[in-house]
Amino acid sequence: MNKSFLANLKGFLPDSDLKTFKGGIHPGDMKSSTNSIPIVDISAPEKLIFPLNQHIGREAVPCVKVGDTVFAGQKIAEADGFVSANIHSSVSGTVSAIEERLHPNGTFVKSIIIDNDGEDNNEFETEPRDFKKFSPHELIDIIREAGIVGMGGATFPTHVKLSPPEGKKIDCIIINGAECEPYLTSDHRALLETPMEVIVGLKILLRIFNLKTGYIAIENNKPDAIELMKNLAAKEEDCNIKVIPLKVKYPQGSEKQLIRAVSGRVVPSGKLPMDVGAVVNNVDTCASIARAVVYGMPLITRIVTVSGDCIKAPANVRVRIGTPFIDVLDSIGGLKAHPKKVIMGGPMMGLTVPSLDVPVIKGTSGILAVSKRGAKIRSGEVCLRCGKCVDACPMHLMPLYLKEAAKANDYDRLLKLNVNDCMECGSCSFVCPGANNPAQSIRIAKAKLRSKKA
Amino acid sequence: MKNYENELIVSHSPHIITPMSTSRIMGCVIIALLPSLIAGTIVMGVRALILAAVCVASCVLFEALWNRLLKKENTISDLSAAVTGLLIALNVPVTLPFYMAIIGCFFAIIIVKQFFGGIGHNFMNPALAARAFLLASWAGAMTTFVEPGEVVHIFGNADVITSATPLSVLKNGGGDLPSYSQLFLGNVGGSIGETSALAILIGAAFLVYKKVIKLNTPISYLATLFILGFISGGDGLFQILSGGVMLGAFFMATDYTTTPTTPAGQVIFGVGCGLVTFIIRKWGGYPEGVTYAILLMNIVTPLIDKYIRPKTFGKIKEAVANE
Repeated sequence: MNKSFLANLKGFLPDSDLKTFKGGIHPGDMKSSTNSIPIVDISAPEKLIFPLNQHIGREAVPCVKVGDTVFAGQKIAEADGFVSANIHSSVSGTVSAIEERLHPNGTFVKSIIIDNDGEDNNEFETEPRDFKKFSPHELIDIIREAGIVGMGGATFPTHVKLSPPEGKKIDCIIINGAECEPYLTSDHRALLETPMEVIVGLKILLRIFNLKTGYIAIENNKPDAIELMKNLAAKEEDCNIKVIPLKVKYPQGSEKQLIRAVSGRVVPSGKLPMDVGAVVNNVDTCASIARAVVYGMPLITRIVTVSGDCIKAPANVRVRIGTPFIDVLDSIGGLKAHPKKVIMGGPMMGLTVPSLDVPVIKGTSGILAVSKRGAKIRSGEVCLRCGKCVDACPMHLMPLYLKEAAKANDYDRLLKLNVNDCMECGSCSFVCPGANNPAQSIRIAKAKLRSKKA
Repeated sequence: MKNYENELIVSHSPHIITPMSTSRIMGCVIIALLPSLIAGTIVMGVRALILAAVCVASCVLFEALWNRLLKKENTISDLSAAVTGLLIALNVPVTLPFYMAIIGCFFAIIIVKQFFGGIGHNFMNPALAARAFLLASWAGAMTTFVEPGEVVHIFGNADVITSATPLSVLKNGGGDLPSYSQLFLGNVGGSIGETSALAILIGAAFLVYKKVIKLNTPISYLATLFILGFISGGDGLFQILSGGVMLGAFFMATDYTTTPTTPAGQVIFGVGCGLVTFIIRKWGGYPEGVTYAILLMNIVTPLIDKYIRPKTFGKIKEAVANE
């Protein structure tokens, strides 16, 4: 009681030095079960599944056939156009099928199935390469070739972010270590355990844009990571890396909110970060960039937090992309209770998966298995007009009226209320005492608007 | 391990929700109103407590009956009807006959709340509307205030006196004005809940701590009234300590449903309440204007919410002006 009383009182005091944005919510962070547990590498399973859409943009096109032998890191599907990404095999073995498989998003998606031969043959560099010998163009090519996408969950192809059109000058590179979703600690552990990869990744990004100053933004609930990065940043002589502690608040890690907090710049409605000269990359993405450039290793592994009240031993694991959830859970000791929901990502924006057969994909930051208690959502649909959603909305919208307009299919009003500025972070639905769930109504309304336009 | 196919719930995000549900919020309001009820009981006697029980019970009963009649889901567990009942009790004199109180509760729950769609849809505060209704129907009974307790005889005459609240003394004369400390601690005549500013502030502090209410409206309300009282040559502090202002500002002007949802709108609401309260007190026919001030501002609320909107993050000015 005493502790929570003080914590509550602290909420009324202004945070002097911590950067943040206006709005947002404070869900309990639930990170304590995994934030001090080191990353464990889990062995690759016998069969891996590589869906062809693991990224925003067009599906990749397979460049292997059934029966082909592949080595770890070999490209098995090629980006289809600019906004798309290559996909690589994360093990060596044989392509056993190319067929529709269940994707974490619940649909059946064409996937390449690879039988692991256990040999782990690869063609990675044995000697680390110096990134300084590559030109910015070559660096972007390496990143595109490596199939790197935003690993915070949005999975936007990174090379697109790094290739602004003529005339747009990028001068603010931010590494996103906010990790504002409850439960997730994969970025936290990556900062602690692979700090040099993050720093080198940032330096590569700085080189691409010929900059000297870069930012690493970390929420203040990771003091060890902040301190470590500060110490390492101080040792860098040829560039200036600033570590920015952020206020602990959801959605602090959202791109636009993060840019506002770190640089004070406001990304105009409907525009991209690059329009204000900013590029934001997630911690693990940044480390992947370093691995791609220095070791020639494409994006074939990622760090996943496995947590939730049904997990026997919550953990942070380094997983080969393509590993089915069931194998991930098996290798860390499995479940202690029947899960009611299995969430890919965090509880605020994550997707529920329909089966544990779905594979880890590039955007899988977490696997949360929660019981009936954990999955219980009050049902209500009562709006008290309390205005808590208005205070919580990081985009400063009025979710209660958006919901009203959405229910009435009043598209003019939806547009007047700036419905398309909603980023679906779910803050309004989290704070709603009436369990009115504005976020879902808005999501549906946005989809209807899109299909109307099309 | 099995894959749990067909056994997992697939639903949209977010997958967590605040524990601060409607019933918990209403529970907090009830707890926050207890100091005022206790103060009222100490000052005015145990009838205050009985009256409160009657009001709460009848509000809950009317809501239950309505739901039963219309075959709707029973909503009494959200505790909003109980809050309304308690607020009605705190807004009437301790001597009000029970049947009048019950009729007031009927008016609040059935006419004001349920006729307009129940919780979240009423356009004015049910408890205040009930008070206005009672005031119009039984002006005598509603303005009959007994002297508080037997401790201090503020108004000289120990009999039941009409119009003997501090505000009516201020307006019409006929007694000595109570001191600030009497106003603050509660030794003054008035409705059950408005005697003690201290008790109200304790409850309000609890609600602020629990993040049930924000102070935008109460502070702008009280500040407006204080400043107007001061510049009109009167006593600003007396204005905000007397009558139902404290109770109104912290418990009625912060009602979710009937007040604006934006911080700026809430400040406008508070200033409007202060202005109307002052105008009624100064030039109106009644000694007290809190009820009508808040009810009038309740009616303006949809308009405030329509025009006072937060500036969308990243929206440039022209786009906002085009709305």
